[in-house]
Amino acid sequence: MNSAPAAPLIEFQGITKTYGQGQAAFQALSGVDLSIQQGEFLAVMGPSGSGKSTAMNILGCLDTPSTGTYLFQGVHVEDLDRNQRALLRRHYLGFVFQGFNLLARTSAQENVELPLLYRGESPAARHQAALDALALVGLSGWEHHTPAELSGGQQQRVAIARAIVTRPLVLLADEPTGNLDSKRSHEIMELLVRLNQEQGITVLMVTHEPDMATYASRIVHFVDGQVASDDAQEARPC
Amino acid sequence: MLMNALLLALREIRRNLMRSFLTILGIVIGVAAVITMVTLGNGATRMVAEQISSLGSNLLIMRPGQRLGPGRDEAGAPKFRVADAEAIKSQVSALQAVAPVVGSSVTLVAGNENWSSTVSGTTNAYFITGNWKLAAGRQFSDEDEKVGRAVCVIGNTVRDKLFGHQNPLGAELRIKNFSCEIIGLLASKGQGAMGMDQDDVVVIPLLTAQRRLTGNQDVATLMISMQDGADTSRVMAQIRQLMRERRKLAENDDDNFNLMDTKQIAQALSGTIGTMTALLGAVAAVSLLVGGIGIMNIMLVSVTERTREIGIRLAIGALEHEVLLQFLIEAVALSALGGVVGILLALLTCLGLSALMHMPFMFDPGINLLAFAFSAAIGVVFGYMPARRAASLDPIEALRHE
Ligand SMILES: Nc1ncnc2c1ncn2[C@@H]1O[C@H](COP(=O)(O)OP(=O)(O)OP(=O)(O)O)[C@@H](O)[C@H]1O
Ligand SMILES: [Mg+2]
Repeated sequence: MNSAPAAPLIEFQGITKTYGQGQAAFQALSGVDLSIQQGEFLAVMGPSGSGKSTAMNILGCLDTPSTGTYLFQGVHVEDLDRNQRALLRRHYLGFVFQGFNLLARTSAQENVELPLLYRGESPAARHQAALDALALVGLSGWEHHTPAELSGGQQQRVAIARAIVTRPLVLLADEPTGNLDSKRSHEIMELLVRLNQEQGITVLMVTHEPDMATYASRIVHFVDGQVASDDAQEARPC
Repeated sequence: MLMNALLLALREIRRNLMRSFLTILGIVIGVAAVITMVTLGNGATRMVAEQISSLGSNLLIMRPGQRLGPGRDEAGAPKFRVADAEAIKSQVSALQAVAPVVGSSVTLVAGNENWSSTVSGTTNAYFITGNWKLAAGRQFSDEDEKVGRAVCVIGNTVRDKLFGHQNPLGAELRIKNFSCEIIGLLASKGQGAMGMDQDDVVVIPLLTAQRRLTGNQDVATLMISMQDGADTSRVMAQIRQLMRERRKLAENDDDNFNLMDTKQIAQALSGTIGTMTALLGAVAAVSLLVGGIGIMNIMLVSVTERTREIGIRLAIGALEHEVLLQFLIEAVALSALGGVVGILLALLTCLGLSALMHMPFMFDPGINLLAFAFSAAIGVVFGYMPARRAASLDPIEALRHE
């Protein structure tokens, strides 16, 4: 980090996360150091249970580390209170969950509009932005369908649309292509690359598929709650 | 922010129509039951009070037997005589009128029409004690009373049933086996309590009734009206003393007659009705409670789903108090809607039942407010409390909730 050309956007220093207590305690993350620059496209890989989602949740300010330091734009996130972390999520982060987490019985469009609503944007602006985001993920015409009326892949794309509709500084995606066929997966990856390159959105993505990881400019491997390897790579051209 | 929360809350209500409906229903039933019971109870109490006061103020009623009401042991007790009425009138001070009354249920016939009613044999004093005014015609003359002429004064209902809108004065009315001439028409008092029609009466001279209907000289009831401002307990004590002497009761004999003042009757009756109202109110309160438990159930059952919902909202950047405001508005809106619908339902029911039972409709703002506040509190507490717990979790914990 001494040699970093600019202050990193995100910095993990010795982050640990322990679930449970006493006998049942389980350390999901055991000392993670990670430094991410603005504009990177980072793929996180690793075996199941290696702590990828745990790390993503902490990165996304959805969860708090047990110990360690998390700097976001130089701010100590672990010192922020609940509301400050919520505002950080609101203004800088977009999160795609491994399990979608869409609001039930709520149309795709309303789901996508929700983050804008909390940002206090006007109804017209919300409406247009939601339609645009849904079009970006190839869901034009599905605006009024509720999650129950959408396939897994479509729900996943709604979740992606909801994460990108605010044009966040950082997009965190936990297996965004986990439920998609390979054609759709490549489309989504191309979308992420476009967001990364054209809008400068920093993308952090968990994936199991080496094929998807080739779109990233950097691959971090997790094993047993630690970073096993961290390599920059030539991103695959779209 | 308030607008957003309002929008979100209304969306949520619309989205979960069934849940919203059940919540509202629970409140509606509880509120409507309590208000209906209490309002009807108040109406009944008021009705009794009105009924009593329509008997005339300052009125005492004396009957043979020890006590008034069901199961009164009238059998052995000697009846009164006209002389008793005269003695009371002349020997007790501060009295306005004393009317000896005998009553009988009879079938009345006039022309082709007939009608079942009650005939009271009494004196002109009855018109004073009963607060009756004449709409037309005249009272009994001394002659009428002395020789027991076949004349009668009829109430408005009897006129309606037998003569329609025709003038009944001078017409013949057959009472059982004798005919009498209608000499007077009573001014209408209107419908009494419980649909009892006060205007359904025929009044004939006492002697006429004794000769032609009862066949003896007994007097069943004495109606005694006091002068305004008379000391009721003193008057009653005097009458009681006089009657004990006249009936030759020994020092330690019980009274074999019963003297009651209308206030006492009113108190006795409204006491009973008050108990009934309290009982019904208790039943209604239970239904409010059951409604509340229903709401609680619905709210708690939906907690899992709602906890995840809260997790999602928090995860995409909602602040804790924004989420809570939304849930609070939702709970308040549902409870208030339920409360308002419940009150409207109760008022409609009360209006209908009051009309049906000829009771006055007594709007009681207190109970409306109380029922509304209680249901609103239940709705808000059980709609809001689970949300408060969920919103205090880390978003990821709320999302993991199962
Ligand atoms: N809430 C929790 N309580 C206890 N243990 C947990 C909890 N969440 C995760 N873990 C444990 O922490 C470890 C890491 O979990 P995590 O979800 O980060 O794995 P992952 O790398 O995302 O796996 P996958 O690829 O299957 O999604 C796992 O062993 C898991 O059992
Ligand atoms: Mg995972």
